[in-house]
Amino acid sequence: MGQTRRIALTVNGKRYEEEVEVRVTLADFIRHQLGLTGTHLGCEHGVCGACTILMDGRSLRSCLMLAVQADGHDFLTVEGIAPSPDKLHPLQQAFHENHGLQCGFCTPGMLTTLLEFLRDNPNPTEQEVRIAISGNLCRCTGYQNIVISALDAAKRLRGEAQPGSLG
Amino acid sequence: MLYHHNREHRPMKPPPFNYHDPKTVDEVVGLLSTLDNAKLLAGGQSLMPMLNFRYVQPDHIIDLNRVEGLSYIRETPEGMEVGAMTRQRDLEFSELVAKRFPLMHEAIGNIGHRQTRNRGTIGGSLCHLDPSAELVSCAMTLDAVVVVAGPTGEREIAFKDFPVGYLTSAVEPNEVLTAIKFTAWPAGHGYAFMEFARRHGDFAIVSAATMLQVDGDGKITRAAVTLGGMGAGPVRASELEAALIGQAPDVEFLRQACESCRRFEALDDVHAPAWYRQHLATVMSRRALERAYARATGKA
Repeated sequence: MGQTRRIALTVNGKRYEEEVEVRVTLADFIRHQLGLTGTHLGCEHGVCGACTILMDGRSLRSCLMLAVQADGHDFLTVEGIAPSPDKLHPLQQAFHENHGLQCGFCTPGMLTTLLEFLRDNPNPTEQEVRIAISGNLCRCTGYQNIVISALDAAKRLRGEAQPGSLG
Repeated sequence: MLYHHNREHRPMKPPPFNYHDPKTVDEVVGLLSTLDNAKLLAGGQSLMPMLNFRYVQPDHIIDLNRVEGLSYIRETPEGMEVGAMTRQRDLEFSELVAKRFPLMHEAIGNIGHRQTRNRGTIGGSLCHLDPSAELVSCAMTLDAVVVVAGPTGEREIAFKDFPVGYLTSAVEPNEVLTAIKFTAWPAGHGYAFMEFARRHGDFAIVSAATMLQVDGDGKITRAAVTLGGMGAGPVRASELEAALIGQAPDVEFLRQACESCRRFEALDDVHAPAWYRQHLATVMSRRALERAYARATGKA
């Protein structure tokens, strides 16, 4: 084992203090040391977006950051989006009802990316949604239902919920 | 035992290195002067992929993210000064940038994606010096001045002297870029940034950054055109710039004038053959100039 450091961070509201090898990426740390495997690793070089998480409210690719750099920061992963174990977040509910996922591999990155985007832009156009998810690759859906889900989620989050409606 | 809980078999993408997280620029310069084979880590959006691929195998990583006083956008009498560790995201949403440096504002939307702009820094982008990089093109077009700190203090480098080769800047191994100074053009100038990429957020195959100033008769008095993605570094299309002065160009004039962009040397790689880049250089420069001129004359 190479050089290690002790870090303290918050993930999904829970505080962790861990010893990390300095060369471990944040993504590997979250998955293998914290056991939070909802964050997926596709390309591991910043292209696919599957490992997107929020740091202090901003989305980033966790494969492009070292765990040691996470010291003192506050993170949200896909496991922390739902308000409770038996209730989905409106964004997740929109994906569920609009068939916004097939294999689900890209979904954690899509959700975290859209969580930040819809917070900053609550009433986006379809084109703005497509640009927002341009850094997240999906090989199943052709993106159509993801875009529909995002627009539906935006409506729900604005309080114009039409549960069960398509788009 | 579950694989992901097996600490003996935990995956490691980057090669081994020693990690340093200095708090001041002086400490950074001190580390650079004493450590061999050290790499500076800014936003990590280029270095981290290179580490994950093990394209680079530094013995030391000097992380700039905890260095104080390197992240700011400050208005100056000439325009603005930007700290090297300022995130691309902060430039994207800066009112000062939008108002006085609209070219940069327009270009930034093309840099990668929101997730990468949240981390990527202006200093990291300039030092990595990808020939397609949008901020590199902006710095070239705006004749930026780069401030670097080294063992003997600070020095300034005009951006035209900054690129010295492919992915290689004039920053010496014992120096660190600390700030970038930009001089604004007068309010009402024309500008346009355009790039051709296969998908949104991809590296541009060719980009054109253009700025124009016109007089009361619509004649161009000042022009700056930078082509990105063509060769080893960004290039100013100085022949085209000179041809524009004194003109109130129509589309046909621009089409002819932009032909000179075909003569630049261009990369020949898997993304595009050289002749295609040269063709794109004429097209992207013309389209950008059309838009910049329309903006300069209040028609856009």
